[in-house]
Amino acid sequence: MILEVAVAALVLASLTAYVVLGGADFGGGVWDALARGSDAGAQRSVIAKAMGPVWEANHVWLIFAIVATWTAFPAAFAAMFTHLAVPVTIALVGIVLRGSAFALREKAVEVGRPHAGLGHLFGAASIVTPVFLGAAVGALASGTAGRTPGASDAWLAPFPLTVGVLAVCLCALLAAVFLTLETREPLRERFRRRAFGAWGATAVAGAAGILTARQGAPLIFTGLTHGAGAGLVLAAVAAGAGALICLLARRYPLARVCVIAQVAFVLWAWAGAQYPYVVVPTLTIAQAAAPPVTITGFLVVALLGLAILIPSLWYLFRIFKSSEQNS
Amino acid sequence: MAFHIIFAVYGIGLPLLMVIAEALWLKTEDRDYLDMARRWARATGVLFAIGAVSGTVIAFELGLLWPEFMKLAGPVIGMPFSMEGFAFFVEAIFLAVYLYAWDKVNPKAHWLSGIAVAISSVLSGIFVVDANSWMNSPRGLVLLDGTQSSVHPLLAMLNPFASTEIPHMVLAAYIAVGFSVAAIYAFSLLRTRAALGLARKAFVVSFAVAAWLSPVQLLSGDFSARAVGALQPEKLAAMESLFHTRSCAPEIIAGIPDVKTQTVRYGLPIPCGLSFLLKFNPNAVVEGLDAFAPPDRPNPLVVHLSFQLMLWCGFFFVFLAVWAVVVRLRRGALVSSRGLLAGTVAAGMLSLIAIEAGWFVTEVGRQPWVAYRLIRTAQAMTPATSVVMPSLVVFSLIYLFLAALVIWLLLGLASAAHPAQGEGTFGGHRDP
Repeated sequence: MILEVAVAALVLASLTAYVVLGGADFGGGVWDALARGSDAGAQRSVIAKAMGPVWEANHVWLIFAIVATWTAFPAAFAAMFTHLAVPVTIALVGIVLRGSAFALREKAVEVGRPHAGLGHLFGAASIVTPVFLGAAVGALASGTAGRTPGASDAWLAPFPLTVGVLAVCLCALLAAVFLTLETREPLRERFRRRAFGAWGATAVAGAAGILTARQGAPLIFTGLTHGAGAGLVLAAVAAGAGALICLLARRYPLARVCVIAQVAFVLWAWAGAQYPYVVVPTLTIAQAAAPPVTITGFLVVALLGLAILIPSLWYLFRIFKSSEQNS
Repeated sequence: MAFHIIFAVYGIGLPLLMVIAEALWLKTEDRDYLDMARRWARATGVLFAIGAVSGTVIAFELGLLWPEFMKLAGPVIGMPFSMEGFAFFVEAIFLAVYLYAWDKVNPKAHWLSGIAVAISSVLSGIFVVDANSWMNSPRGLVLLDGTQSSVHPLLAMLNPFASTEIPHMVLAAYIAVGFSVAAIYAFSLLRTRAALGLARKAFVVSFAVAAWLSPVQLLSGDFSARAVGALQPEKLAAMESLFHTRSCAPEIIAGIPDVKTQTVRYGLPIPCGLSFLLKFNPNAVVEGLDAFAPPDRPNPLVVHLSFQLMLWCGFFFVFLAVWAVVVRLRRGALVSSRGLLAGTVAAGMLSLIAIEAGWFVTEVGRQPWVAYRLIRTAQAMTPATSVVMPSLVVFSLIYLFLAALVIWLLLGLASAAHPAQGEGTFGGHRDP
């Protein structure tokens, strides 16, 4: 059992990386869509520059989480994709359109062709995708998806949709705070204001999420208000408060740490509230798990993979850090 | 899937060309090679970025369309996919070093990170093909009443088809990329006599990779066919259009199999050829399609024609390679032979067609099974039947869209490579 939980923790870690790194990408798209004012062009180009080299590579975290779920919790994998087909397909189309629109727009900018349509597409897809990914998670947590097999509309309820809105707010908050570190005045002040806006929206959506959970996801509601889940909710609130204070004091690097913590705690609060269920309320980690030999094998592969991956990442960061110091 | 395979092939092949070009630059200090390496690296970068998207699509698609199959297969064959995930990640890291750190690390370290990209991309390919070879010869999984009763992921990874299918696919990837890249340069050399020195050199490098590997591929194909004969006799029977079990089985060249009359029309049979090729004995008995129950027979029309197509493409590539050797022996410069250049332009398209044909042979030839003699395709579909058609339509549209995007982006790179040419000249060679 402990090994199964270890795999589940790996999945959660991968999802956390996706939400923080990929979430910031989505959020960048949101601010691209909402760019207003005389310096809208400057805002967009700073967003594009910040995302530039790594665009779309962040999906590797999501792919890893999916593959791990498939290998280690096959029953849950099958259930999720059967019940959540609609929101997941929409999110997928969003991911494809977003990446493509971004690439095409970069290209169009390079050769000086008009690209307003592509920009709108990029922005719209950046909003739609996290909403539906969030709604899929919400539907999974609500228990309706697990209880009524074949129901494809489990996500069309107040709780899942609120989770979708919360997801897009968190993305926007992450991106706004990250962008304060990528810019100088006066653009930086703009993104600081946006961060306040996103912060407020996140707080409202978070509170709404807990409220709608009482009706829409009773198991999650109990989990969020008791024990470890409640602790994680408090931690998320504390990190959020910290982020607000840092933004007020213009302590941007610290604000970044706080929002990352805030987003991670929100995700973990969901995971903690749902534990030990993978698909609420039909499959627990133990029930969905693959045979022990697969779980052990997967962990061995994951450890070996990390043993190669971590030095490589270290090398990458060392190269780019040292070149930053030189220039 | 058919789109993804072409795309994956470039992901495997281009890094190889890129590190060869850079090695030549380090050795000769000829700036053209540096230029070449940078250009191919940029194409690799574009493909990698789309690859992340396309990979996400595949991960979702498998879950949406085949949840039941995935549920059964996950524990036993998820392992290579997890490894593929790590290989992809390592590739991303070193590709970032390669693309953005030309002037930040010393040349040797830069080249080595290119090697790391090439190795991890080929490893990705190996892991994925390993999963496919498992579908052809599933091991390490016993099903009782539709649930797993015994699971051995390691046995599954070491399935008997892996040792022939993996080299065949990797070679195919290198050859296809070599020829299709060479085709682009050959085309521009044919159109403008005074083409850039870069085009000549790039043609020689990419052509050489494909030409050297082509005869090896023929050998690998021979091994593969014998493995199919031993492990999936009905697939072999379909490939060879052998309707009836017999000794001294003929090898049929070309021809259209007719299922109704159980004969092959317009074919040229070589007496006892198949028996000899498979078992080195002209009188050996080879099982025909009639040895298997009708519902278990694959469609010989599609499989036989695809197989013949792949085979003849392969012979054509070897012919080109021999031709190139003759040209070298007699006159020296490969690029001065217009016939060879024209042949390469054709090979650029044919190599991609050969890959698709090979994919059809292995996939259609395995029907009606999704995992050979273990899970039928019909059993593997999602129970939410209402989502199948819309999903298929959505996925097809996504792939068409991505294909168009890749072509368009690579066209941009290709036309940047030949400023004298107009846009849109090289489209055909990239078209999946």
